[in-house]
Amino acid sequence: MVKAEGVRKRFGRLEVLKGISLEVEPGEVMCLLGPSGSGKSTFLRCINHLERINAGLLSVDGELVGYRPVGDKLHELRESEIARKRAEIGMVFQHFNLFPHMTALENVTCAPMRVKKLPREQTRRRACELLDRVGLADKHDAYPTQLSGGQQQRVAIARALAMEPKLMLFDEPTSALDPELVGEVLGVMKQLGGEGMTMIVVTHEIGFAREVANTVVFMDAGVVVESGAPADVLGSPRHERTREFLSKVL
Amino acid sequence: MSSTEVTSGAGRPDDIRAVPVRRPGRWIAAAIVLVIAAAVVRSVATNPRFEWSVVGNFLFDARILHGLVVTLELTVIAMAIGIALGVILAVMRLSPNPLVSSASSFYIWFFRGTPVLVQLLFWYNIAALYPKIALGIPFGPAFVHADANTLITSFVAAILGLGLNEGAYMAEIVRAGIISVEEGQVDAAQSLGMTRLQTMRRIVLPQAMRVIIPPTGNETISMLKTSSLASVIVVTELLRAAESIYDVNYKTIQLLIVASVWYAACTSVLYVGQYYLERYYGRGASRELPPTALQRLRMLSLRSPRSGGV
Repeated sequence: MVKAEGVRKRFGRLEVLKGISLEVEPGEVMCLLGPSGSGKSTFLRCINHLERINAGLLSVDGELVGYRPVGDKLHELRESEIARKRAEIGMVFQHFNLFPHMTALENVTCAPMRVKKLPREQTRRRACELLDRVGLADKHDAYPTQLSGGQQQRVAIARALAMEPKLMLFDEPTSALDPELVGEVLGVMKQLGGEGMTMIVVTHEIGFAREVANTVVFMDAGVVVESGAPADVLGSPRHERTREFLSKVL
Repeated sequence: MSSTEVTSGAGRPDDIRAVPVRRPGRWIAAAIVLVIAAAVVRSVATNPRFEWSVVGNFLFDARILHGLVVTLELTVIAMAIGIALGVILAVMRLSPNPLVSSASSFYIWFFRGTPVLVQLLFWYNIAALYPKIALGIPFGPAFVHADANTLITSFVAAILGLGLNEGAYMAEIVRAGIISVEEGQVDAAQSLGMTRLQTMRRIVLPQAMRVIIPPTGNETISMLKTSSLASVIVVTELLRAAESIYDVNYKTIQLLIVASVWYAACTSVLYVGQYYLERYYGRGASRELPPTALQRLRMLSLRSPRSGGV
């Protein structure tokens, strides 16, 4: 589903990604772990072209992200083409980024109506189902400020799911939440993974990674230090750096 | 026994009734304000030279009312041009294309850098620079020709002068609004597959409105009064109408009061309109919307009997 080969990303002189290579199979749940500043979030943002990569190859579903190969050259995609590809990838952010001027329901119906141009009634019905599914059946008309962090993040997940994505990206979805509220969001994500959604999750929730992930990738300073099944990486890490990190967060 | 009393009190604890601190300063300040206010009112009411009956007679004079309509037209049209131009200039200024953004910066610099009165006179005398105005392809053939003096009447000159000048100020207000919206909002909109235009229209601008509305209300109120400058280029708006009457009857002060009363009245109406606009665009910004005037009245009438009962 996602394939990265030697992906590099620079911000000015600072190289944040120093050659990331990894592969995500359809239906797989991959957790990216690592200290802050290791490039996890940047890599996630590259996958839907919110950041442009400087070198390497990055493809989703066999198609390059942001470029089209013509002969041996790469052509930049038009904005509308990039938008169309982004519409197939759902993303959930650390700070929820719900649209504050819209109710929970409007947040969820907005993109299907404006981007996919689906009829109002249909999107409404689907949005209601999704909000019910994330346990917010009674919050359809609430504005984001009237919701708790956990509720907001569940609306954000419903909003992403409303576009029926083939891939979901989670950028530290529980890091801004009170400890009490983390569980309700992880519960929804766990359910989603169980239903066969392909997911890449940047997280510090080791418990979630152990329980839900098929693959755990540990990143540090812009490189993949080690990756593998959660039992291996979390249970018996091979690298000193991984051991050091895990001993601090566990 | 006493313990039961305590528990019954704990259900709804008694309000504290302490002797309030004396604040003699407040009483003195209030007295001074009242005395000054009374003196002003007395002087205005009893000074026969104000000739309030004259003010009353001219308040609804047909010429004054016509002038008022022209003032309102000027305000509405010039603000409409200003707002439309402001949005365009603001988006241009934030454009990644350096030529586009510097064109916008130049426009803003130019129109903020010269007095609006000078700009009005400039447009009024535009025929001296361009006697003929033509519409067509740049450097190519023209489709429509017009004589500048017939096309740019004093009313049109006033609209152009006020509107184009306003555009420069509105551009900065709109830009401030746009950059006040969190970057995460754009990320979220784009990750859902919205194009830049959709993101701007559906997500960024509606949120920017909350920041844009208050200074825009301010600009509109200011425009209502700045439009009186058009009297200089013989547009018969409210002030010019008043002037043309006192030029004949020499009741200068009375007619200026008439004009002022109308300006103040219109400003008050705009003030109310702004409150409701802010309320509309404030939805979602705080947990509860601020009450409308009616709701406030209702709350007051509900509260007073309760507080009387305590």
